[in-house]
Amino acid sequence: MGEKIYMKKNPELSVGIINPKKTFWQKVIKQRQLVYMSLPLVIYIFIFKFVPLWGWTMAFQDYKPAKHFVDQNWVGFKWFAFLFKDKEFLLALRNTVCMSIISTILGFISAILIALLLNELKHIGLKRIVQTVSYLPHFLSWVIVTGLVSSVFSVEDGTVNNILSALGFIKSPILWLSQPKYFWWIVGWTYVWKEVGWNTIVYLGAMTAIDPSLYEAAEIDGAGRIQKMVHITLPGIRSTVIIMMIMSAGHILDANFEMPFFLQNGMIQDVAQTIDLYVLRYGFSSFNYALATAAGIFKNVVNIAFLLFANWIAKKSGEERLI
Amino acid sequence: MTDINTVRAEYADAKRRTMIGNNVFNILNFIILALLVVVTLYPFWNTVALSFNDGLDSLRGGIKFWPRIFTWQNYKAVFATGAIFNAFKVSVIRTILQTVLNVFLTCMLAYALSRKEYVIRRPLTAVLVVSMYVSAGLIPGYFLIRNLGLLNKFAVYIVPNLIDVFNFILVRTYINTLPDSFIESARIDGAGEFRIFVQIILPLIVPTIAMVALFVAVGAWNSWFDTYLFASGKVSLHSLQYVLMEFLQSSQNQSHSAADAGALAIAGANSASSMVTPVSIRAAITVVATVPILIVYPFMQKYFIVGITVGGVKE
Repeated sequence: MGEKIYMKKNPELSVGIINPKKTFWQKVIKQRQLVYMSLPLVIYIFIFKFVPLWGWTMAFQDYKPAKHFVDQNWVGFKWFAFLFKDKEFLLALRNTVCMSIISTILGFISAILIALLLNELKHIGLKRIVQTVSYLPHFLSWVIVTGLVSSVFSVEDGTVNNILSALGFIKSPILWLSQPKYFWWIVGWTYVWKEVGWNTIVYLGAMTAIDPSLYEAAEIDGAGRIQKMVHITLPGIRSTVIIMMIMSAGHILDANFEMPFFLQNGMIQDVAQTIDLYVLRYGFSSFNYALATAAGIFKNVVNIAFLLFANWIAKKSGEERLI
Repeated sequence: MTDINTVRAEYADAKRRTMIGNNVFNILNFIILALLVVVTLYPFWNTVALSFNDGLDSLRGGIKFWPRIFTWQNYKAVFATGAIFNAFKVSVIRTILQTVLNVFLTCMLAYALSRKEYVIRRPLTAVLVVSMYVSAGLIPGYFLIRNLGLLNKFAVYIVPNLIDVFNFILVRTYINTLPDSFIESARIDGAGEFRIFVQIILPLIVPTIAMVALFVAVGAWNSWFDTYLFASGKVSLHSLQYVLMEFLQSSQNQSHSAADAGALAIAGANSASSMVTPVSIRAAITVVATVPILIVYPFMQKYFIVGITVGGVKE
């Protein structure tokens, strides 16, 4: 009885109940308005995201833009083999991995640390000020941030050199941006500067979900602030940290693009070349599309492999996982 | 047997020690976070000071918090050349168009795919989710844009950026939390799906729209790489970030200066007459490129905290 009223009220929802033999296509026609609103957009995504995958075939050919697809000369894994013999590519691979690992690790530690400190800041007004300010650099472009970096680390009147010499640590300004040993760390700390505030959001969210009675119980047992942080807050955000780690594993070969791109110079060339720059150079300067595509495929496949691998490890060790 | 007074004294002592510990902790905590605020703000503050300081005077160094010789000259020089004014215009138009279209279409898609009764909901959603993890890479992507005939056209800023899948998930998650009764009653009144979306759903998801719009707008405003790849051949399509990028690169690396006649010319043409230097011009362009974000940011801030907690990290 109740169900019948329900059916009358909801012609859309009751389709299956009134006439179970209604075919798939009849349902689609009935829901055609939803189809109009979604299908063209999904096709659009398909064209922009999946159709270019066809271009991966270039990496297995001696690709000549003038020739038709069927006339291309297929060469198998020649370009991939070339990559692994190319000193420049191996250098770019090393630089990419090192930069991405340094940035990721510094990023995780700093974000968790700042989130812990913010969580302990009980004054709401102060907390809001710190949050507002620290989120801000996230919204600046890397072009602007790189410009700030090059002036902050500049030899002439750069802030870092000024402070260090005022404190008496250095006698003459350091050439921060022309010495290979500093470059990865500058990239890493700039990443921290730009994203640390933004990255705390997700951890602060996880911290608010921790049961307050845990803290009360610990207080009765005589735990101090630091002990509570280590034994309650940190374990409380553990699953969030693991999900974030899995997600960042999928970016192992995505080093920062802009900083190496803008700051590269002759003196730090050997540490500033990344896979992205390699692709850009071979694709758009030498027009070796096949080689550049092969390098791009390598990057994407490794990224996805690392994502799945990290996810698999998390699954094996009984942790929270992404997929 | 312990004397009750000793116990009391010990307890009071322990309590005092925790309080001292607490205070030390609070002070240290405050100092660290205050440092974070200063380190975050200073580089930008310094740039603003430089942008208002006389160009030649800046070369002497020592500009920290305030300009020494105040001048509007740097900004005048920046806007005197049509190039940067035009780039500013391109960036504004691009940002507004892309934000409006992208947010509307992403929300519409999210609404359609949030309907549980929609028979092809699952396969369509799967295509979208997988697309987040797949990237064909730079060269195939470039060929697609070229084959679509978008090179050196304004449309190259808009057409490839109509849907954002991550935002789609945020919006859909939010729509799913809305009670179905709104939609059902509208259907009884004979409203079509599009009308339900525009008249009922859109007003209900304003907080999420604000957050997503902020993300899209900032992304559009900050992008320079699509100009570099797809529209660098046409000066009238250069965006503000691209012009700033060219200028940065030329002042950073002298060997690149050939690629950047325009930006250096601003400094060059003006320096003889009106004391403008590359450093001060760079500071002024940086401020011009940042101020729109600083204006929008405080209004949007309250929304994105809410939105992100609702959306969550995990899909």
